[in-house]
Amino acid sequence: MAESAGHATCSRTVSILGTRVMRVEDPKFLTTGGVYVDDLRDPRLDGAGHVTYVRSVMAHARVTVDVAAASGVPGVLAVVTAADFADLPPPPPPLGFIPPALARPWLANGVVRYVGEPIAAIVTESRYAGEDVAELVSVDYEPLTAVVDPRDAAGDATLLFADHGSNTALAFEAGSLDGLFDDCEVVVTQQITNQRVAPVPLEVRGTACVWEGSGDDARLTFWASTQSPHGARDQIAAALELPPERVHFIAPDVGGGFGAKFGVSIEDLVLAVLSRRLGRPMRWTETRTENMLGMGHGRAQLQTVTIGGTRDGRITAYSLDVLQDSGAYPHFGAVLPFMTQLMATGTYDIARVAVRTKSVVTNTAPVVAYRGAGRPEATAAIERAVDLFAAEIGLDPAEVRRRNLFAKDAFRLTTQVGAAYDSGDYAGALDAVLAAAKYDELRAEQRRRRDSGDPMLLGIGVSNYVEITAGPEAGTEFARINVKPDGSVIVYTGTSPHGQGHATSFAMLAADELGVPLDRITVLHGDTDLVARGGGTGGSRSLQLGGAAVHQGALETVDRARELAGDLFEAAAGDIVLDKARGGFHVAGSPDDVRGWAEVATSADADAGLIVDTDFSATGATFPFGAHVAVVEVDAETGYVRLVSMTTVDDAGPVINPVVVEGQRHGGIAQGVAQALFEEVRYDEDGNPQSTNLTDYAFPSAAELPDFTLVDMATPSPLNPLGVKGIGEAGTIGATPAVQNAVVDAVAHLGVRHIEMPTTPERVWRAIQEASK
Amino acid sequence: MNVTLTVNGVSHTVDVEDRTLLVHLLRDHLGLTATNIGCDTTSCGACTVLLDGESVKSCTVLAASVDGQSVTTLEGLADGERWHRVQEGFRAKHGLQCGFCTPGMVMAAVSLLAENPSPTAAQVREGLEGNLCRCTGYHNIVAAVLEAAEGSVAR
Repeated sequence: MAESAGHATCSRTVSILGTRVMRVEDPKFLTTGGVYVDDLRDPRLDGAGHVTYVRSVMAHARVTVDVAAASGVPGVLAVVTAADFADLPPPPPPLGFIPPALARPWLANGVVRYVGEPIAAIVTESRYAGEDVAELVSVDYEPLTAVVDPRDAAGDATLLFADHGSNTALAFEAGSLDGLFDDCEVVVTQQITNQRVAPVPLEVRGTACVWEGSGDDARLTFWASTQSPHGARDQIAAALELPPERVHFIAPDVGGGFGAKFGVSIEDLVLAVLSRRLGRPMRWTETRTENMLGMGHGRAQLQTVTIGGTRDGRITAYSLDVLQDSGAYPHFGAVLPFMTQLMATGTYDIARVAVRTKSVVTNTAPVVAYRGAGRPEATAAIERAVDLFAAEIGLDPAEVRRRNLFAKDAFRLTTQVGAAYDSGDYAGALDAVLAAAKYDELRAEQRRRRDSGDPMLLGIGVSNYVEITAGPEAGTEFARINVKPDGSVIVYTGTSPHGQGHATSFAMLAADELGVPLDRITVLHGDTDLVARGGGTGGSRSLQLGGAAVHQGALETVDRARELAGDLFEAAAGDIVLDKARGGFHVAGSPDDVRGWAEVATSADADAGLIVDTDFSATGATFPFGAHVAVVEVDAETGYVRLVSMTTVDDAGPVINPVVVEGQRHGGIAQGVAQALFEEVRYDEDGNPQSTNLTDYAFPSAAELPDFTLVDMATPSPLNPLGVKGIGEAGTIGATPAVQNAVVDAVAHLGVRHIEMPTTPERVWRAIQEASK
Repeated sequence: MNVTLTVNGVSHTVDVEDRTLLVHLLRDHLGLTATNIGCDTTSCGACTVLLDGESVKSCTVLAASVDGQSVTTLEGLADGERWHRVQEGFRAKHGLQCGFCTPGMVMAAVSLLAENPSPTAAQVREGLEGNLCRCTGYHNIVAAVLEAAEGSVAR
């Protein structure tokens, strides 16, 4: 090892960053399985009451509830309704700017507003008994007009909340509509449904809780399947009107969230009250049917896009109108049109842009965050619009994109709708994905099939996307680095992974700066008593905030350790060098006398070791981007669509662990494809859900999907020292419009210009029939 | 009623309610919580276990109906410290993220390879059709099963 120069703070080693480190999480999952909420066997939960909810079977009705028959059954500990919560105000809405008049009650209070809304909670000694007793709760329904279509809701003919005086929860707008398209040679407009879909994490919602102590000292320990333990703790404390320190929140292993498990839901909160009242621990695990009815859904926007420009392919004006279905009680979904607005122009340099959005309540399940949360809707709209524009002027859609992308040297830039893009190379992404997919050969094959009358048509879809991660406001995240007296390291993070591999990636970040081997580093998260603060995992925020905090904390730990080592060596801290290869410190020029991490940490505190707390604060959100090419085969005779291939460039800056990042891309792509081809949550006109389980809801299996071809590209962000952006949602955002565009492209020569998602065989077949009339 | 069955090589006699499902017997009576429940329509496969060597969805099997039979769950798959090659394949190919579908997916893959030791990628996709995953997009699951298959380049 070469000796360090006098002023260097460490000697050089080969970085572990960017290498394919297999996940440290996996051995447990592959041998004994994870420990999810329903798997908890904590002795404090012995004797827990099991909670079962009685849920509304009508979308909108006045209800009268009679629990007498259920209450008297042996083994029933309690049956509660809204009346039993009269002493507590409704829990605060999950976001501050949701009008308080639209807050949801603990349990339906005289009126139900969606099928699946909890009306009563039953507590039983055994889990199986709960379902039996639920049948004995008598609910008398007096039907009210169900408002299912958001266009009807916007008309306010029937109000869901009379006190609010309107069905509109929120509205946002940007840009002026005046004369927007006046100088355009070509203007195309299209109504687009970005359909309601279900998040479907494989683990449903689940909760367990117990109170310990008495009176003002009583403290609640609460386990739930969440993405945001600290946020959930604060939600529970606010709902129970307690200071946050009286709630100890623990997120055990979480079996997927996809945005829908950000925070906790009303069904979780009820358990804290029941447990306090009955003096017993409580447990609840929903069924999949309950999950499909009640966890909340994603997307659910009705859009109108209008795009205008010149005949030679220059886009000069764009407008997007969004009617957001928020469901019965406004949640994240009501606010997400703000994100749609912010990302409305996508990757394109368009001179004039206007966006109008309105979020309305309907008698359907609340709309929540779902992978991408507002951004996939923006991308789907503009990417369909660009294809419609290209079709209108008869230019290749990839070429139209190329003529309108923000140039590589334009960054940093602020778009017409106020998004401050940090870095990008959109044309580079497009060129790379077209080359990898062999775009020209695909077009030739498409022509060959069309010319030969082959009924198996080929469709090629392109999308360019940019999204916003760890936004919209500049974010912050906490990390603690604790070097133990034995030289091992514990990293505490305020993020809360549930499949994203932070235990591996964050350990790599710490190892890289500390020179401590990976197997001596443990990453802890998800427990509000162990981790001081945190923002959880969502919005693709974790690496660029939480990872950056670990990186920053590790650097600060090295600085502190050099001071401590200076004391040990009786030398100035500035003369102390960290030899990462040997995991210890020495005086510059004297590499033989090394004091290891154990000795240095012990000198800080013989019991606790060296502890450094840090908060990383970003100056802004980052903007990952990419380009996707989807290839489909469409049977012109049946409308059946088969996805042949997905080729994607997803640029989120430098990659810490390719294994993890590829996994995030794969999963995101699959969910994006699923929205384009298969999935839709449907309600009938009376608000009865038509997709309440995994037989009715078209969740794809391995058999419906191909392998994915990933093309790497890494454009650093200037907004954090690692240069990283978020990758969790990218695949979902790029894939949906690429696939939808591919399906339309396959049949475009027959005169079809648009097909709504999901592009089912029936829809494709009908579109072909309509066009041939 | 009493049900006697062998789970992961150990014989148990368990007193259960008549309507008890096999998955609840495993989880709630024997404390074997690797096997998960992801739906109520036998669609997702998270509860897949081996019953006398063949994969079944344990959420749709009455405990009473397996009296005298032998069940293998994920916890019983490894031979001591030596992992089954399907476990190794999932680790090597990052065939899991949140881990919830993993126990069922692994057991389904074990059963698939028992029937067809050298499947094509398409056969793996068809063979795992009854097991859903929301995290991986299946790309690495397919790679993991192919990795574990006989004749794979890696072995």
